[in-house]
Amino acid sequence: MQIKGNVWKFGDNVDTDVIIPARYLNTSDPIELARHCMEDINASFAAGVQPGDILVGGDNFGCGSSREHAPIAIQAAGVSCVIAKSFARIFYRNAINIGLPILESPEAAEGINENDEVEVILDKGYIRNITTGCEYTAQEFPLFMRDLIAAGGLINYVKTKGY
Amino acid sequence: MGMTITEKILAAHADKGVVRPGELINAGVDLVLGNDITAPVAIKAFEKIGAERVFDRDKIALVPDHFTPNKDIKAAEQVKIMRRFAEAYGIKNFFEIGCMGIEHTLLPDKGLVVAGDLVIGADSHTCTYGALGAFSTGMGSTDMAAAMATGECWIKVPESMKFVCTGRPGKWVSGKDLILYIIGMIGVDGALYRAMEFTGDTFDYMTMADRFTICNMAIEAGGKNGIIPPDQQTVDYMTGRAKHDFILYVSDNDAIYHSIHNIDVSALEPMVAFPHLPENARPVSQAGDVSIDQAVIGSCTNGRIEDLRIAAKVLKGRKVNKKVRLIVIPGTQEIYLQAIREGLAETLVEAGAAFSTPTCGPCLGGHMGILAGGERAIATTNRNFVGRMGHPQSEVYLSNPAVAAASAVAGRIVSPDEI
Repeated sequence: MQIKGNVWKFGDNVDTDVIIPARYLNTSDPIELARHCMEDINASFAAGVQPGDILVGGDNFGCGSSREHAPIAIQAAGVSCVIAKSFARIFYRNAINIGLPILESPEAAEGINENDEVEVILDKGYIRNITTGCEYTAQEFPLFMRDLIAAGGLINYVKTKGY
Repeated sequence: MGMTITEKILAAHADKGVVRPGELINAGVDLVLGNDITAPVAIKAFEKIGAERVFDRDKIALVPDHFTPNKDIKAAEQVKIMRRFAEAYGIKNFFEIGCMGIEHTLLPDKGLVVAGDLVIGADSHTCTYGALGAFSTGMGSTDMAAAMATGECWIKVPESMKFVCTGRPGKWVSGKDLILYIIGMIGVDGALYRAMEFTGDTFDYMTMADRFTICNMAIEAGGKNGIIPPDQQTVDYMTGRAKHDFILYVSDNDAIYHSIHNIDVSALEPMVAFPHLPENARPVSQAGDVSIDQAVIGSCTNGRIEDLRIAAKVLKGRKVNKKVRLIVIPGTQEIYLQAIREGLAETLVEAGAAFSTPTCGPCLGGHMGILAGGERAIATTNRNFVGRMGHPQSEVYLSNPAVAAASAVAGRIVSPDEI
């Protein structure tokens, strides 16, 4: 799958409380969650994000709470893919489980800037910064996770096991 | 080549003789839990799977604790989804008002988690139960849904980091200070994807409450789980509570560790983590002049009876500073009642504290003590991220209950010895 979008860049340790503050967690409606995505660190994000846009973060992206509302809010906001130097483990699981594409690439996360236009070929882990011309390769997923991703997330994967 | 306690528990639950770090296993779970934020999302996902029944209705726990007593209509609707699900699938471990508690304080107290268990929970602080010598880790709602249907969960066997803690903790130094010190030492991603194993003679002096606090915050260093080898104290705690048999695992002498860290706990002083990351820990003597507007004593980190006893000891015969709002929140109904019986509730209320029914409430900026812009709180909770307790321009400082209580009296962050 090929993705193209403009970049919103964030720093290290972007926690799930800023991705979606707990004061909005009295609902699980994705559209409502998306309205408040990132608002405590970038108040213009939710209104400005365009379908297909790409989030780029530093180390430990998605740290903190296990709230799946965080990747749900990012996905519902229209973000096509998150690239980071590293992901906190629960966020990593949650993103894969719900089918939000994530790519781990310290080089790409370092080299890509706010507002750059970036192209991603997901199944190859290929990242190209159209603005600068730089190319990157993300870390490959283990085989089991590739199966999960191919199934469209954990629910579909479990379904195929006959539950 | 031996195995760590974490590896042994994972191997046992995957029906394997041996597991090694990096290996992906499918493990059977002893308990799956969720709260009023995560369970409704899990229930939706569970319905998408189309399973006719849950894998074992006695191995699921549903605990509405974050926004309870329901703070508004939306929160009430979320809990209604949980209640209906519990009724429909015959889940008796549904703990609502009157019998509820903060999940990670309640479930071990009820004996629903014991040594040797493998527990997954749709809450990041599920790692708390490592204090019993169990493997427990936080996941998301979809993982919870899949585990409710299948009774299994995929887990990548983590490498283990060993923290050898030696020496007797000094006055006012608790499990909270040790874990804040460790997070300060290794950083908020210092244990990313890894197990954190805490050992050493310091644990001869650490109560079960201290141990729960330590393992509770393993996630704040990015850890997959925190774990403390069970000893006589663990067995004493479980005796009379345990709802099923426990197994005591210990690490082999020749187990392989990612790294080993030695900590002289006798040299520690109470720690305070400054905004906006738990790794910004420094000794309270180096806190400087930080005035506060609010103090919160409670949460899954520090809402146990031992924590309330310390707070009451500090506050006995004293008054909370007029400029400070002190909120004390017992972790469970049982702790609440015990605090009344011991006279702690009276001491706290007389000192000028609000004494609340159990709830996560202010810890995550849910309700029951939200901060305005520019306000500062000292809290015995676990996170001090931007906006964690309310306004994005508010600040949270993390500490142990003694420091929080003393600071509530002084109106600024101080050691209990300073009041």
